Amino acid sequence: MTEPAMPLYEVFIRPKAGLSHKHVGSVHACDDDMALRAARDVYTRRGEGVSIWVVPSRLIAASDPADKDMLFEPTASKPYRHPTFYEVPDEVGHM
Amino acid sequence: MSEPRFILALRLADNALVLGHRLSEWSGRAPTLEEDIALSNLALDLIGQARMLYVHAGELEGAGRGEDDFAYLRDDRDYRNVLLVEQPNGDFAATMVRHLIYAAHAHPFMQALMRSTDGTLAAIAAKAEKEMAYHLRHASEWVIRLGDGTQESRRRAQAALDDLMPYADELFATDAGDLALIAAGIAPDPADVRPAFDRTLDHVLAEATLAAPRRGHGQSGGRDGIHSEHLSRLLAEMQSLHRAHPGATW
Repeated sequence: MTEPAMPLYEVFIRPKAGLSHKHVGSVHACDDDMALRAARDVYTRRGEGVSIWVVPSRLIAASDPADKDMLFEPTASKPYRHPTFYEVPDEVGHM
Repeated sequence: MSEPRFILALRLADNALVLGHRLSEWSGRAPTLEEDIALSNLALDLIGQARMLYVHAGELEGAGRGEDDFAYLRDDRDYRNVLLVEQPNGDFAATMVRHLIYAAHAHPFMQALMRSTDGTLAAIAAKAEKEMAYHLRHASEWVIRLGDGTQESRRRAQAALDDLMPYADELFATDAGDLALIAAGIAPDPADVRPAFDRTLDHVLAEATLAAPRRGHGQSGGRDGIHSEHLSRLLAEMQSLHRAHPGATW
């Protein structure tokens, strides 16, 4: 149950072909194979996915919440980066 | 042919229901949240198979009995499941070893049953085959890790294997009715299923570094309604609500 016998894994599910994997939660498991099994059992019970990735949580490098303002605040004043000035032809469909 | 076919459907349904109920006893008590949900998933697969098989058995019998009649209104002597599935959960190793033995038979059995000349059985088998493939993998992975794990997990896995292997042979038993069904292409021949079962067990036990118990002391009787004391206790709990409130629905 405890680390490192049952380390934490982050779970990513691809809901359908063509979409990207999305983080859905985490599971404890003793190794990669068991993490995939557990992720299937916990997170795809209602047909949520067609593909699963699991990643040991310790391998994920994360930004520090204290750096939030420094990292993300400056972009708030740059609306010209949003591609909202283009007209998308109807024929393009879902983007 | 309809009587043996009814018995076949009933035996398969009873196996699935009793084992499904056993697994449901883990709900809320499994070693981890992940395994709690996994065991409930396995239980629901089996109960789903049982429901389809009971409906088919009711049609073959032609006496108007439905799935609830079979599940809730029969005593243990009328249940035709093998002894293996009614064995108590024990510890987690025992539950996984019991499931390994069951799934190592059920997966190739369902694959073979997909070729049954009984179209309904073949359709049920096509659904069950995918589920049992997953059950087999889940149980195999755990038995390998328990056997090749800590000293304590290995001791428990070996004890479970020694206790439960004697119940394996009943999965391959045949009576006169079965032989007629095999000849008619309705039921698979156990002799065709056994090699896959043996290969699976050999592979998993080798990976798990567990010693295969000696064969030849098989326990049987459940298929003919002669059960261990465990089944009547299981049924007492499973049937209590329906017997107190007949026809109760959610």
